[in-house]
Amino acid sequence: MSPVTTLAHALIALGTVVIGLFAAIGRLARFAVTLVGRLVRPPWYPAQLFEQMLVIGWFSLPVVGLTALFTGSALAQQIYIGGSRFNASSTVPAVTVIGIVRELGPVLGGLMVAGRVASAMAAEIGTMRVTEQIDALTTLRTDPFRYLMGPRVVAAVLMMPLLVLVSNALGVMGGWLLATGRLGFNSAAYLNTTAQFLKADDVWSSMVKAAVFGFFIALMGCYHGYHSSGGAAGVGRATTNAVVSAFILILLSNLIITVIVFGS
Amino acid sequence: MTARIALRGVAKQFGAKQVLRGVDLAVQPGESLVIIGGSGTGKSVTIKCILGLIRPDAGSIKVDGREVTGLKGRALADHQARFGMLFQGGALFDSLPVWRNVSFALSGSVASRRAAAADNLARVGLGSDVLDLRPSSLSGGMQKRVALARAIAARPEILFFDEPTTGLDPIMADVINDLIRTLVTDLKITALTITHDMSSARKIADRVAMLYEGSIIWQGSRDELDASGNPYVDQFVHGRADGPIKMPLRTL
Repeated sequence: MSPVTTLAHALIALGTVVIGLFAAIGRLARFAVTLVGRLVRPPWYPAQLFEQMLVIGWFSLPVVGLTALFTGSALAQQIYIGGSRFNASSTVPAVTVIGIVRELGPVLGGLMVAGRVASAMAAEIGTMRVTEQIDALTTLRTDPFRYLMGPRVVAAVLMMPLLVLVSNALGVMGGWLLATGRLGFNSAAYLNTTAQFLKADDVWSSMVKAAVFGFFIALMGCYHGYHSSGGAAGVGRATTNAVVSAFILILLSNLIITVIVFGS
Repeated sequence: MTARIALRGVAKQFGAKQVLRGVDLAVQPGESLVIIGGSGTGKSVTIKCILGLIRPDAGSIKVDGREVTGLKGRALADHQARFGMLFQGGALFDSLPVWRNVSFALSGSVASRRAAAADNLARVGLGSDVLDLRPSSLSGGMQKRVALARAIAARPEILFFDEPTTGLDPIMADVINDLIRTLVTDLKITALTITHDMSSARKIADRVAMLYEGSIIWQGSRDELDASGNPYVDQFVHGRADGPIKMPLRTL
Protein backbone atom coordinates (compact mmCIF):
# COMPACT_ATOMS: atom_id res chain seq x y z
CA MET A 1 0.00 0.00 0.00
CA SER A 2 1.35 3.43 -0.91
CA PRO A 3 1.85 6.01 1.85
CA VAL A 4 -0.89 8.15 0.32
CA THR A 5 -3.40 5.30 0.50
CA THR A 6 -2.36 4.51 4.06
CA LEU A 7 -2.83 8.15 5.00
CA ALA A 8 -6.21 8.22 3.27
CA HIS A 9 -7.31 5.11 5.17
CA ALA A 10 -6.16 6.61 8.44
CA LEU A 11 -8.03 9.83 7.72
CA ILE A 12 -11.17 7.93 6.77
CA ALA A 13 -10.97 5.92 10.00
CA LEU A 14 -10.43 9.08 12.04
CA GLY A 15 -13.29 10.84 10.23
CA THR A 16 -15.62 7.91 10.84
CA VAL A 17 -14.82 7.97 14.56
CA VAL A 18 -15.35 11.75 14.80
CA ILE A 19 -18.63 11.63 12.84
CA GLY A 20 -19.76 8.67 14.96
CA LEU A 21 -18.99 10.61 18.13
CA PHE A 22 -20.92 13.67 17.01
CA ALA A 23 -23.82 11.50 15.86
CA ALA A 24 -23.91 9.83 19.29
CA ILE A 25 -23.87 13.19 21.07
CA GLY A 26 -26.65 14.39 18.75
CA ARG A 27 -28.81 11.34 19.43
CA LEU A 28 -28.30 11.69 23.16
CA ALA A 29 -29.08 15.42 23.13
CA ARG A 30 -32.25 14.80 21.13
CA PHE A 31 -33.29 12.09 23.58
CA ALA A 32 -32.65 14.41 26.53
CA VAL A 33 -34.63 17.26 24.94
CA THR A 34 -37.55 14.93 24.16
CA LEU A 35 -37.49 13.58 27.71
CA VAL A 36 -37.41 16.98 29.40
CA GLY A 37 -40.00 18.35 26.94
CA ARG A 38 -42.45 15.55 27.77
CA LEU A 39 -41.72 15.82 31.49
CA VAL A 40 -43.01 19.34 31.83
CA ARG A 41 -46.41 18.44 30.39
CA PRO A 42 -48.96 16.08 31.99
CA PRO A 43 -49.93 13.33 32.52
CA TRP A 44 -47.61 12.84 35.49
CA TYR A 45 -47.26 9.67 37.47
CA PRO A 46 -46.69 10.52 41.16
CA ALA A 47 -46.78 6.87 42.28
CA GLN A 48 -43.96 6.05 39.86
CA LEU A 49 -42.01 9.09 41.03
CA PHE A 50 -42.38 8.11 44.69
CA GLU A 51 -41.26 4.56 43.98
CA GLN A 52 -38.18 5.78 42.11
CA MET A 53 -37.34 8.26 44.89
CA LEU A 54 -37.38 5.34 47.30
CA VAL A 55 -35.25 3.15 45.02
CA ILE A 56 -32.72 5.84 44.14
CA GLY A 57 -32.63 7.79 47.40
CA TRP A 58 -33.41 5.56 50.32
CA PHE A 59 -31.91 2.31 49.06
CA SER A 60 -28.67 4.02 47.97
CA LEU A 61 -28.17 5.49 51.43
CA PRO A 62 -26.14 2.60 52.95
CA VAL A 63 -23.65 2.33 50.11
CA VAL A 64 -23.22 6.08 49.69
CA GLY A 65 -22.99 6.61 53.46
CA LEU A 66 -20.37 3.92 53.98
CA THR A 67 -18.32 5.20 51.04
CA ALA A 68 -18.27 8.70 52.53
CA LEU A 69 -17.51 7.48 56.05
CA PHE A 70 -14.52 5.36 55.00
CA THR A 71 -13.21 7.95 52.53
CA GLY A 72 -13.46 10.73 55.12
CA SER A 73 -11.41 8.68 57.59
CA ALA A 74 -8.78 7.72 55.00
CA LEU A 75 -8.56 11.34 53.83
CA ALA A 76 -8.00 12.62 57.39
CA GLN A 77 -5.24 10.04 57.91
CA GLN A 78 -3.44 11.03 54.68
CA ILE A 79 -3.74 14.76 55.34
CA TYR A 80 -2.31 14.18 58.79
CA ILE A 81 0.68 12.27 57.38
CA GLY A 82 1.23 14.84 54.61
CA GLY A 83 0.66 17.80 56.92
CA SER A 84 3.04 16.50 59.60
CA ARG A 85 5.96 16.94 57.19
CA PHE A 86 5.36 20.70 57.19
CA ASN A 87 4.23 20.93 60.81
CA ALA A 88 0.76 21.54 59.45
CA SER A 89 -1.09 18.55 60.88
CA SER A 90 -3.63 20.97 62.36
CA THR A 91 -5.00 21.51 58.85
CA VAL A 92 -6.69 18.07 58.99
CA PRO A 93 -10.23 19.32 59.82
CA ALA A 94 -10.14 22.17 57.29
CA VAL A 95 -8.78 20.15 54.36
CA THR A 96 -10.99 17.18 55.15
CA VAL A 97 -14.20 19.18 55.14
CA ILE A 98 -13.29 21.05 51.97
CA GLY A 99 -12.13 17.89 50.21
CA ILE A 100 -15.25 15.99 51.18
CA VAL A 101 -17.89 18.65 50.57
CA ARG A 102 -16.45 20.17 47.42
CA GLU A 103 -15.22 17.05 45.64
CA LEU A 104 -15.27 13.60 47.20
CA GLY A 105 -18.77 13.61 48.67
CA PRO A 106 -20.60 14.42 45.42
CA VAL A 107 -18.20 12.59 43.08
CA LEU A 108 -17.92 9.34 45.03
CA GLY A 109 -21.62 9.47 45.87
CA GLY A 110 -22.38 10.02 42.19
CA LEU A 111 -20.17 7.14 41.10
CA MET A 112 -21.68 4.76 43.66
CA VAL A 113 -25.24 5.71 42.69
CA ALA A 114 -24.30 5.41 39.01
CA GLY A 115 -23.04 1.88 39.65
CA ARG A 116 -26.18 0.96 41.53
CA VAL A 117 -28.89 2.86 39.70
CA ALA A 118 -27.81 3.52 36.09
CA SER A 119 -27.11 -0.19 35.61
CA ALA A 120 -30.44 -1.23 37.14
CA MET A 121 -32.35 1.30 35.02
CA ALA A 122 -30.62 0.21 31.81
CA ALA A 123 -31.25 -3.45 32.61
CA GLU A 124 -34.91 -2.93 33.51
CA ILE A 125 -35.80 -0.61 30.63
CA GLY A 126 -33.64 -2.68 28.25
CA THR A 127 -35.47 -5.87 29.20
CA MET A 128 -38.78 -4.06 28.75
CA ARG A 129 -37.59 -2.97 25.30
CA VAL A 130 -36.52 -6.42 24.08
CA THR A 131 -39.65 -8.10 25.48
CA GLU A 132 -41.82 -5.46 23.71
CA GLN A 133 -43.18 -4.11 27.01
CA ILE A 134 -42.28 -0.57 25.86
CA ASP A 135 -44.28 -1.06 22.65
CA ALA A 136 -47.08 -2.47 24.82
CA LEU A 137 -47.06 0.69 26.95
CA THR A 138 -47.52 2.78 23.81
CA THR A 139 -50.48 0.70 22.65
CA LEU A 140 -52.00 1.09 26.15
CA ARG A 141 -52.19 4.89 25.87
CA THR A 142 -49.11 5.41 28.00
CA ASP A 143 -46.08 7.39 26.92
CA PRO A 144 -42.92 5.54 28.02
CA PHE A 145 -41.10 8.88 28.32
CA ARG A 146 -43.58 10.14 30.88
CA TYR A 147 -44.36 6.86 32.64
CA LEU A 148 -41.00 5.08 32.73
CA MET A 149 -38.19 7.54 32.20
CA GLY A 150 -39.53 10.87 33.44
CA PRO A 151 -40.03 9.70 37.05
CA ARG A 152 -36.55 8.18 37.07
CA VAL A 153 -34.89 11.40 35.95
CA VAL A 154 -36.87 13.62 38.32
CA ALA A 155 -36.30 11.23 41.25
CA ALA A 156 -32.55 11.12 40.58
CA VAL A 157 -32.29 14.93 40.31
CA LEU A 158 -34.25 15.37 43.57
CA MET A 159 -32.65 12.60 45.60
CA MET A 160 -28.98 12.98 44.68
CA PRO A 161 -28.55 16.34 46.51
CA LEU A 162 -30.16 14.87 49.63
CA LEU A 163 -27.96 11.79 49.43
CA VAL A 164 -24.88 13.95 48.99
CA LEU A 165 -25.83 16.10 51.98
CA VAL A 166 -25.94 12.99 54.14
CA SER A 167 -22.80 11.69 52.50
CA ASN A 168 -20.95 14.95 53.21
CA ALA A 169 -21.96 14.82 56.86
CA LEU A 170 -20.83 11.21 57.16
CA GLY A 171 -17.55 11.99 55.36
CA VAL A 172 -16.76 14.74 57.84
CA MET A 173 -17.79 12.41 60.63
CA GLY A 174 -15.39 9.76 59.31
CA GLY A 175 -12.55 12.28 59.46
CA TRP A 176 -13.56 13.40 62.94
CA LEU A 177 -13.80 9.81 64.24
CA LEU A 178 -10.31 8.98 63.04
CA ALA A 179 -8.77 12.30 64.08
CA THR A 180 -10.16 12.19 67.60
CA GLY A 181 -9.81 8.42 68.04
CA ARG A 182 -6.36 7.82 66.57
CA LEU A 183 -4.60 11.10 65.92
CA GLY A 184 -5.24 12.76 69.27
CA PHE A 185 -7.33 15.74 68.08
CA ASN A 186 -9.60 17.53 70.50
CA SER A 187 -13.19 16.83 69.52
CA ALA A 188 -14.59 20.34 70.11
CA ALA A 189 -11.63 22.05 68.43
CA TYR A 190 -11.89 19.74 65.42
CA LEU A 191 -15.59 20.49 64.94
CA ASN A 192 -15.01 24.18 65.51
CA THR A 193 -12.35 24.37 62.78
CA THR A 194 -14.58 22.34 60.46
CA ALA A 195 -17.45 24.78 60.96
CA GLN A 196 -15.14 27.77 60.43
CA PHE A 197 -13.82 26.56 57.12
CA LEU A 198 -17.09 25.27 55.69
CA LYS A 199 -18.82 27.97 53.64
CA ALA A 200 -22.39 27.99 52.36
CA ASP A 201 -21.07 28.14 48.79
CA ASP A 202 -19.29 24.81 49.32
CA VAL A 203 -22.55 23.16 50.31
CA TRP A 204 -24.47 24.77 47.44
CA SER A 205 -21.91 23.75 44.84
CA SER A 206 -21.94 20.25 46.27
CA MET A 207 -25.71 20.02 45.86
CA VAL A 208 -25.69 21.49 42.38
CA LYS A 209 -23.10 18.92 41.39
CA ALA A 210 -25.22 16.19 42.91
CA ALA A 211 -28.32 17.29 40.98
CA VAL A 212 -26.34 17.39 37.71
CA PHE A 213 -24.88 13.94 38.41
CA GLY A 214 -28.35 12.63 39.22
CA PHE A 215 -29.60 13.88 35.86
CA PHE A 216 -26.74 12.19 33.98
CA ILE A 217 -27.10 8.93 35.92
CA ALA A 218 -30.80 8.59 35.11
CA LEU A 219 -30.37 9.88 31.56
CA MET A 220 -27.68 7.30 30.80
CA GLY A 221 -29.66 4.47 32.38
CA CYS A 222 -32.79 5.40 30.43
CA TYR A 223 -31.04 6.20 27.13
CA HIS A 224 -29.06 2.98 26.92
CA GLY A 225 -31.97 0.87 28.17
CA TYR A 226 -34.42 2.46 25.73
CA HIS A 227 -32.11 1.88 22.77
CA SER A 228 -31.03 -1.64 23.63
CA SER A 229 -31.65 -4.38 21.11
CA GLY A 230 -30.62 -7.95 20.48
CA GLY A 231 -31.86 -9.90 23.48
CA ALA A 232 -29.91 -10.66 26.65
CA ALA A 233 -26.54 -9.72 25.15
CA GLY A 234 -27.96 -6.37 24.05
CA VAL A 235 -29.29 -5.66 27.54
CA GLY A 236 -25.88 -6.58 28.97
CA ARG A 237 -24.17 -4.14 26.61
CA ALA A 238 -26.70 -1.42 27.49
CA THR A 239 -26.02 -1.92 31.20
CA THR A 240 -22.24 -1.63 30.78
CA ASN A 241 -22.54 1.39 28.49
CA ALA A 242 -24.91 3.10 30.92
CA VAL A 243 -22.48 2.78 33.84
CA VAL A 244 -19.36 3.69 31.87
CA SER A 245 -20.94 6.72 30.19
CA ALA A 246 -22.48 7.90 33.49
CA PHE A 247 -19.03 7.66 35.14
CA ILE A 248 -17.41 9.72 32.39
CA LEU A 249 -20.16 12.35 32.38
CA ILE A 250 -19.99 12.65 36.18
CA LEU A 251 -16.22 13.16 36.20
CA LEU A 252 -16.30 15.58 33.25
CA SER A 253 -19.19 17.66 34.57
CA ASN A 254 -17.55 17.71 38.01
CA LEU A 255 -14.41 19.18 36.49
CA ILE A 256 -16.40 21.80 34.58
CA ILE A 257 -18.43 22.85 37.64
CA THR A 258 -15.33 22.95 39.85
CA VAL A 259 -13.48 25.17 37.36
CA ILE A 260 -16.50 27.48 37.00
CA VAL A 261 -17.26 27.77 40.73
CA PHE A 262 -13.80 27.65 42.31
CA GLY A 263 -11.48 28.42 39.38
CA SER A 264 -11.67 32.19 39.51
CA MET B 1 -67.12 1.18 1.60
CA THR B 2 -63.99 2.76 3.05
CA ALA B 3 -61.52 0.16 4.19
CA ARG B 4 -60.80 0.26 7.92
CA ILE B 5 -57.09 -0.07 7.20
CA ALA B 6 -55.57 0.59 3.78
CA LEU B 7 -51.87 0.32 2.96
CA ARG B 8 -50.46 1.48 -0.35
CA GLY B 9 -46.86 1.06 -1.39
CA VAL B 10 -45.54 0.92 2.17
CA ALA B 11 -41.76 0.53 2.17
CA LYS B 12 -39.28 0.31 5.01
CA GLN B 13 -35.55 -0.19 5.03
CA PHE B 14 -33.32 -0.95 8.04
CA GLY B 15 -29.71 -0.16 7.16
CA ALA B 16 -29.01 -2.01 3.93
CA LYS B 17 -31.93 -4.40 4.40
CA GLN B 18 -35.11 -3.58 2.50
CA VAL B 19 -37.76 -5.17 4.75
CA LEU B 20 -40.94 -3.89 3.10
CA ARG B 21 -40.96 -3.29 -0.66
CA GLY B 22 -44.33 -1.70 -1.32
CA VAL B 23 -47.05 -3.43 0.69
CA ASP B 24 -50.60 -2.99 -0.66
CA LEU B 25 -53.29 -4.30 1.64
CA ALA B 26 -56.83 -3.46 2.74
CA VAL B 27 -58.76 -4.66 5.78
CA GLN B 28 -62.53 -4.12 5.78
CA PRO B 29 -64.48 -3.19 8.94
CA GLY B 30 -65.36 -6.23 11.04
CA GLU B 31 -63.13 -8.46 8.98
CA SER B 32 -60.47 -10.81 10.31
CA LEU B 33 -57.45 -10.73 8.03
CA VAL B 34 -54.49 -13.01 8.58
CA ILE B 35 -51.10 -12.25 7.09
CA ILE B 36 -49.03 -15.39 6.64
CA GLY B 37 -45.37 -15.55 5.77
CA GLY B 38 -42.05 -16.93 6.92
CA SER B 39 -39.79 -15.44 9.55
CA GLY B 40 -38.17 -12.16 8.57
CA THR B 41 -40.58 -11.37 5.73
CA GLY B 42 -41.70 -8.11 7.36
CA LYS B 43 -44.92 -9.17 9.08
CA SER B 44 -44.14 -7.51 12.43
CA VAL B 45 -42.76 -4.40 10.73
CA THR B 46 -46.03 -4.05 8.78
CA ILE B 47 -48.06 -4.09 12.00
CA LYS B 48 -45.69 -1.70 13.76
CA CYS B 49 -45.93 0.72 10.82
CA ILE B 50 -49.73 0.76 11.08
CA LEU B 51 -49.48 1.31 14.84
CA GLY B 52 -47.09 4.20 14.35
CA LEU B 53 -44.33 2.47 16.32
CA ILE B 54 -42.17 2.47 13.18
CA ARG B 55 -42.29 5.18 10.53
CA PRO B 56 -42.34 3.83 6.95
CA ASP B 57 -39.90 5.31 4.41
CA ALA B 58 -42.55 5.55 1.71
CA GLY B 59 -46.19 4.78 1.02
CA SER B 60 -49.50 5.61 2.61
CA ILE B 61 -51.37 4.07 5.53
CA LYS B 62 -54.99 5.11 5.98
CA VAL B 63 -57.27 4.17 8.84
CA ASP B 64 -60.94 4.88 8.05
CA GLY B 65 -59.76 6.95 5.10
CA ARG B 66 -57.47 9.16 7.16
CA GLU B 67 -53.73 9.25 6.53
CA VAL B 68 -51.84 8.19 9.65
CA THR B 69 -48.20 8.15 8.56
CA GLY B 70 -46.32 11.08 10.04
CA LEU B 71 -48.73 11.63 12.93
CA LYS B 72 -47.10 13.12 16.02
CA GLY B 73 -47.82 13.87 19.66
CA ARG B 74 -51.48 13.96 20.62
CA ALA B 75 -52.75 12.88 17.18
CA LEU B 76 -50.43 9.85 17.23
CA ALA B 77 -51.54 8.92 20.76
CA ASP B 78 -55.21 9.18 19.72
CA HIS B 79 -54.49 7.02 16.69
CA GLN B 80 -52.73 4.40 18.81
CA ALA B 81 -55.58 4.37 21.33
CA ARG B 82 -57.86 2.82 18.68
CA PHE B 83 -55.79 -0.36 18.62
CA GLY B 84 -55.32 -3.25 20.95
CA MET B 85 -52.37 -5.52 20.44
CA LEU B 86 -51.46 -9.00 21.57
CA PHE B 87 -47.68 -9.18 21.47
CA GLN B 88 -45.82 -12.35 20.56
CA GLY B 89 -44.33 -12.89 24.00
CA GLY B 90 -47.32 -11.38 25.80
CA ALA B 91 -45.28 -8.31 26.84
CA LEU B 92 -46.97 -8.28 30.24
CA PHE B 93 -45.46 -5.81 32.70
CA ASP B 94 -43.67 -8.12 35.10
CA SER B 95 -43.48 -5.55 37.87
CA LEU B 96 -47.29 -5.35 38.11
CA PRO B 97 -49.86 -7.93 39.23
CA VAL B 98 -52.25 -9.42 36.69
CA TRP B 99 -55.19 -7.12 37.50
CA ARG B 100 -53.08 -3.98 37.02
CA ASN B 101 -51.78 -5.35 33.73
CA VAL B 102 -55.28 -6.01 32.44
CA SER B 103 -56.69 -2.67 33.61
CA PHE B 104 -53.59 -0.67 32.65
CA ALA B 105 -55.28 1.51 30.04
CA LEU B 106 -58.42 2.04 32.13
CA SER B 107 -59.10 4.90 34.50
CA GLY B 108 -61.31 5.00 37.58
CA SER B 109 -61.18 3.76 41.15
CA VAL B 110 -59.17 0.71 42.17
CA ALA B 111 -62.38 -1.25 42.79
CA SER B 112 -63.82 -0.46 39.37
CA ARG B 113 -60.54 -1.29 37.61
CA ARG B 114 -60.25 -4.57 39.50
CA ALA B 115 -63.81 -5.43 38.53
CA ALA B 116 -63.09 -4.58 34.88
CA ALA B 117 -59.96 -6.75 35.03
CA ALA B 118 -61.95 -9.68 36.45
CA ASP B 119 -64.59 -9.18 33.76
CA ASN B 120 -62.05 -9.22 30.93
CA LEU B 121 -60.20 -12.19 32.44
CA ALA B 122 -63.52 -14.08 32.51
CA ARG B 123 -63.86 -13.43 28.77
CA VAL B 124 -60.62 -15.29 28.18
CA GLY B 125 -61.54 -18.08 30.57
CA LEU B 126 -59.54 -17.07 33.64
CA GLY B 127 -60.95 -16.83 37.16
CA SER B 128 -60.45 -14.00 39.62
CA ASP B 129 -57.93 -16.16 41.51
CA VAL B 130 -55.20 -14.93 39.15
CA LEU B 131 -55.90 -11.22 39.78
CA ASP B 132 -53.13 -10.73 42.32
CA LEU B 133 -50.55 -13.07 40.80
CA ARG B 134 -47.44 -11.79 39.05
CA PRO B 135 -47.15 -12.58 35.33
CA SER B 136 -43.94 -14.56 35.97
CA SER B 137 -45.84 -17.11 38.05
CA LEU B 138 -48.24 -17.92 35.18
CA SER B 139 -47.77 -20.57 32.48
CA GLY B 140 -47.18 -19.50 28.86
CA GLY B 141 -50.78 -20.16 27.88
CA MET B 142 -52.13 -18.21 30.85
CA GLN B 143 -49.80 -15.29 30.12
CA LYS B 144 -51.12 -15.22 26.57
CA ARG B 145 -54.68 -15.15 27.85
CA VAL B 146 -53.93 -12.37 30.33
CA ALA B 147 -52.29 -10.43 27.49
CA LEU B 148 -55.41 -11.02 25.40
CA ALA B 149 -57.60 -9.73 28.24
CA ARG B 150 -55.38 -6.63 28.45
CA ALA B 151 -55.60 -6.06 24.70
CA ILE B 152 -59.42 -6.06 24.73
CA ALA B 153 -59.89 -4.25 28.06
CA ALA B 154 -60.18 -0.77 26.57
CA ARG B 155 -62.54 -2.11 23.86
CA PRO B 156 -60.38 -1.11 20.91
CA GLU B 157 -61.88 -0.88 17.42
CA ILE B 158 -59.02 -2.82 15.88
CA LEU B 159 -57.04 -5.72 17.32
CA PHE B 160 -53.62 -6.91 16.20
CA PHE B 161 -52.35 -10.35 17.01
CA ASP B 162 -48.62 -11.01 16.60
CA GLU B 163 -48.02 -14.77 16.36
CA PRO B 164 -50.78 -15.54 18.89
CA THR B 165 -50.04 -19.28 19.10
CA THR B 166 -46.22 -19.30 19.06
CA GLY B 167 -44.74 -21.27 21.94
CA LEU B 168 -48.02 -22.89 22.99
CA ASP B 169 -48.92 -26.58 22.90
CA PRO B 170 -51.42 -27.54 20.15
CA ILE B 171 -54.39 -27.69 22.50
CA MET B 172 -53.68 -24.34 24.16
CA ALA B 173 -53.04 -22.90 20.68
CA ASP B 174 -56.51 -24.01 19.64
CA VAL B 175 -58.01 -22.52 22.80
CA ILE B 176 -56.39 -19.16 21.93
CA ASN B 177 -57.59 -19.43 18.31
CA ASP B 178 -61.15 -20.08 19.50
CA LEU B 179 -60.93 -17.14 21.89
CA ILE B 180 -59.72 -14.79 19.17
CA ARG B 181 -62.48 -15.91 16.81
CA THR B 182 -65.13 -15.50 19.52
CA LEU B 183 -63.85 -12.08 20.61
CA VAL B 184 -63.72 -10.80 17.04
CA THR B 185 -67.28 -12.00 16.41
CA ASP B 186 -68.73 -10.94 19.79
CA LEU B 187 -67.08 -7.55 20.08
CA LYS B 188 -67.36 -6.84 16.31
CA ILE B 189 -63.72 -5.94 16.18
CA THR B 190 -61.60 -5.64 13.04
CA ALA B 191 -58.68 -8.03 13.47
CA LEU B 192 -55.30 -8.29 11.81
CA THR B 193 -53.22 -11.32 12.72
CA ILE B 194 -49.73 -12.23 11.63
CA THR B 195 -48.73 -15.86 11.92
CA HIS B 196 -46.87 -18.71 10.33
CA ASP B 197 -49.13 -21.25 12.02
CA MET B 198 -51.47 -22.48 9.29
CA SER B 199 -54.00 -24.15 11.60
CA SER B 200 -54.28 -20.83 13.43
CA ALA B 201 -54.70 -18.94 10.14
CA ARG B 202 -57.46 -21.31 8.99
CA LYS B 203 -59.33 -20.87 12.23
CA ILE B 204 -59.03 -17.11 12.70
CA ALA B 205 -59.16 -15.76 9.16
CA ASP B 206 -61.97 -14.48 6.99
CA ARG B 207 -59.34 -13.56 4.47
CA VAL B 208 -55.66 -14.46 4.14
CA ALA B 209 -52.79 -12.51 2.59
CA MET B 210 -49.29 -13.81 2.06
CA LEU B 211 -46.26 -11.61 2.59
CA TYR B 212 -43.08 -12.67 0.86
CA GLU B 213 -39.87 -10.67 0.57
CA GLY B 214 -41.58 -7.49 1.69
CA SER B 215 -44.65 -7.48 -0.51
CA ILE B 216 -48.08 -9.12 -0.61
CA ILE B 217 -47.88 -11.84 -3.24
CA TRP B 218 -51.36 -13.29 -2.83
CA GLN B 219 -54.61 -12.63 -1.03
CA GLY B 220 -57.93 -14.38 -0.98
CA SER B 221 -60.62 -15.84 1.25
CA ARG B 222 -59.80 -18.62 3.67
CA ASP B 223 -61.56 -21.16 1.44
CA GLU B 224 -59.38 -20.23 -1.51
CA LEU B 225 -56.21 -20.97 0.43
CA ASP B 226 -55.86 -24.56 -0.79
CA ALA B 227 -56.61 -23.68 -4.41
CA SER B 228 -54.66 -20.45 -4.66
CA GLY B 229 -52.80 -21.50 -7.80
CA ASN B 230 -49.79 -19.67 -6.40
CA PRO B 231 -46.76 -21.95 -5.99
CA TYR B 232 -45.38 -19.80 -3.13
CA VAL B 233 -48.63 -20.01 -1.18
CA ASP B 234 -48.92 -23.74 -1.92
CA GLN B 235 -45.43 -24.39 -0.62
CA PHE B 236 -46.03 -22.36 2.55
CA VAL B 237 -49.49 -23.74 3.28
CA HIS B 238 -48.29 -27.31 2.97
CA GLY B 239 -44.97 -26.67 4.67
CA ARG B 240 -42.74 -28.14 1.98
CA ALA B 241 -38.98 -27.64 1.85
CA ASP B 242 -39.01 -27.87 -1.96
CA GLY B 243 -40.54 -25.09 -4.00
CA PRO B 244 -39.96 -21.54 -5.15
CA ILE B 245 -39.22 -20.28 -1.61
CA LYS B 246 -35.60 -21.12 -0.88
CA MET B 247 -34.23 -21.09 2.63
CA PRO B 248 -30.74 -19.62 2.79
CA LEU B 249 -29.10 -22.83 4.01
CA ARG B 250 -25.49 -23.76 3.55
CA THR B 251 -24.71 -27.37 2.72
CA LEU B 252 -22.49 -29.04 5.25
